[in-house]
Amino acid sequence: MDSDLSPQDRKDLDKFIKFFALKTVQVIVQARLGEKICTRSSSSPTGSDWFTLAIKDIPEVTHEAKKALAGQLPSIGRSMCVEISLKTSEGDSMELETWCLEMNEKCEKDIKVSYTVYTRLSLLLKSLLAITRVTPAYKLSRKQGHDYVILYRIYFGDVQLSGLGEGFQTVRVGIVGTPIGTLTLSCAYRTNLALMSSRAPVEEEGGAYAGVEDSQEVCTTSFSTSPPSQMAVPGKEGGVPQVLLQPSHGTQADHGRCFHHLRGCCGCVSSGDADVLSRSSELKSASPSDVLETTFTRKVGAFVNKPTTQVTTASLDLPFAAFAPKAYDLEENDPMVHPPASPTPSSPLQGSLHSQSSSQSGGQAQDDFVMVDFKPAFSKDDLLPMDLGTFYREFQNPPQLASLSIDISAQSMAEDLDSLPEKLAIYEKNIDEFDAFVDTLQ
Amino acid sequence: MNCRSEVLEVSLEGRQVDEALLALLHTILLHRSTGKFHYKKEGTYSIGTVGTQDIDCDFIDFTFVRVSSDELDRVIRKAVAEFKDALGNSGSDGMGQISLEFYQKKKSRWPFSDECIPWEVWTIKVNVVNLANEQERQICREKVGEKLGEKVINIVEVINRHEYLPKMPTQSEVDNVFDTSLKDVQPYLYKITYQITDSLGTSVSTTMRRLIKDTLAL
Repeated sequence: MDSDLSPQDRKDLDKFIKFFALKTVQVIVQARLGEKICTRSSSSPTGSDWFTLAIKDIPEVTHEAKKALAGQLPSIGRSMCVEISLKTSEGDSMELETWCLEMNEKCEKDIKVSYTVYTRLSLLLKSLLAITRVTPAYKLSRKQGHDYVILYRIYFGDVQLSGLGEGFQTVRVGIVGTPIGTLTLSCAYRTNLALMSSRAPVEEEGGAYAGVEDSQEVCTTSFSTSPPSQMAVPGKEGGVPQVLLQPSHGTQADHGRCFHHLRGCCGCVSSGDADVLSRSSELKSASPSDVLETTFTRKVGAFVNKPTTQVTTASLDLPFAAFAPKAYDLEENDPMVHPPASPTPSSPLQGSLHSQSSSQSGGQAQDDFVMVDFKPAFSKDDLLPMDLGTFYREFQNPPQLASLSIDISAQSMAEDLDSLPEKLAIYEKNIDEFDAFVDTLQ
Repeated sequence: MNCRSEVLEVSLEGRQVDEALLALLHTILLHRSTGKFHYKKEGTYSIGTVGTQDIDCDFIDFTFVRVSSDELDRVIRKAVAEFKDALGNSGSDGMGQISLEFYQKKKSRWPFSDECIPWEVWTIKVNVVNLANEQERQICREKVGEKLGEKVINIVEVINRHEYLPKMPTQSEVDNVFDTSLKDVQPYLYKITYQITDSLGTSVSTTMRRLIKDTLAL
């Protein structure tokens, strides 16, 4: 199968696949950071922009990816996977999606490695950029912060999709045929967003990574317009292609579940989620046996005597219905709001369509909902711990002034009226004192 | 060769038209643009780098990616604005279609002008609806966002079939294949045209606009 491929082509192909895998991880992780990405076009090639696309390399992410790959490349039966999960501030977590870079046996022998495969890999990266903004996890990741954070995990080996729940969907980003097999990039994403309490005992390992500086190989950006027989790819090339790491680090898919916090790795931390970060910015690893022993308990909201069947917005034709906030039910727990003042809606649908939502943390009250904190339009998540939306919600329903409360004032007035005759009698007795006091004033 | 043709249909509210069309057209152009070519002496060429940018929509729950080129963005916005004006002025029921056509130029001898041979046409059919209240608008915001997501997946699926693409040109022929007028990116030669459909379903006016420097007819 490989005999048709020249050694130079084989070397180039391996290099392309390696850097494609690294760039894939960068695109996926950066798309889940919660911020808009912007890179500049440059008409003159610098030699370090692989696949003619300006994709920044976050050093931590490259380090993790290289560690997961451990010097190997995606091949038949061994896929590179990036798992994105959500973790609430209470410690509940849920897998949202898994991106897989796989290789199958179908070879395209006549394809030109240095040009066609390279161009198609570039096209596939562009498709990945587009698709990462379309899956449901994108919107969740843009709203991460106080209530939940997004984590990523890279592993190599067999694809694990069991954590995505029932009815997960798959979208294929694209395929590129090569002389040694066909690369496929796809994403499986969760559709059932009910949060189960799944707190596994975790060991926290401290310490962030020291920034590992790898000399990034310069990519070839020169192409020839001459006929194939004279095809040469003049361009700067770095040294030895592979960075060989210790194979004992995470080559097995079941070695451990190390999640990496997306906010922390870029140093973009807002003060509001400092608490969450301190818990989750370090490596978390749980051995496989711990994961198996985890008990799953359904959480029931406070003050609820028994779980009732309720009309879920998922049954109504609303997109992302599972995100609909349970605003009015949760306001019972909210100290800022007095129960008589807040009207209860006739259906959850009403609650979801109004922009008001209580600032409760995610996933605690009802079974089928993940509480997502909606931000008011045009508000920025600025440096203050209380953002505009939270401020507005908290001060929207201030408690009533005690003196304006009819019951209390009515009571006190009645008491006042009753006690008047006694007070008058006392004043009459002390009339001489009052007169003397008045004289001193004159 | 045959020109492949793809049709995408969207139903939107009036104020969503601009953003939805920008999202789809930019997604297509992201895949059909490369960096600037720099030809060298030995018949080789190098390719510049294409940057990308996330754009959030204001009236739709959607974010799309476009190439980082303000020049290209201006051209596309202008075309979309013209289409939207035409939709508004036509007095139709708000139905029309806008087409993004990629073509190659084939030089002909004098006195014939150059031929433009399309190799890929994307048509976006737009249906503008009027909504009664804020509740419906909120639902529409989310639904259109979902629909656009599906369209992006369709676009990516078509592009990744890796069907015909023009061969990489030599230096003398690059303007027959690519639009080299922009300074930071180089899309394949394209033109944007639109048609407004009246209430009877027939096309009343066909407006052709050439939005890139084309060869003038002799």
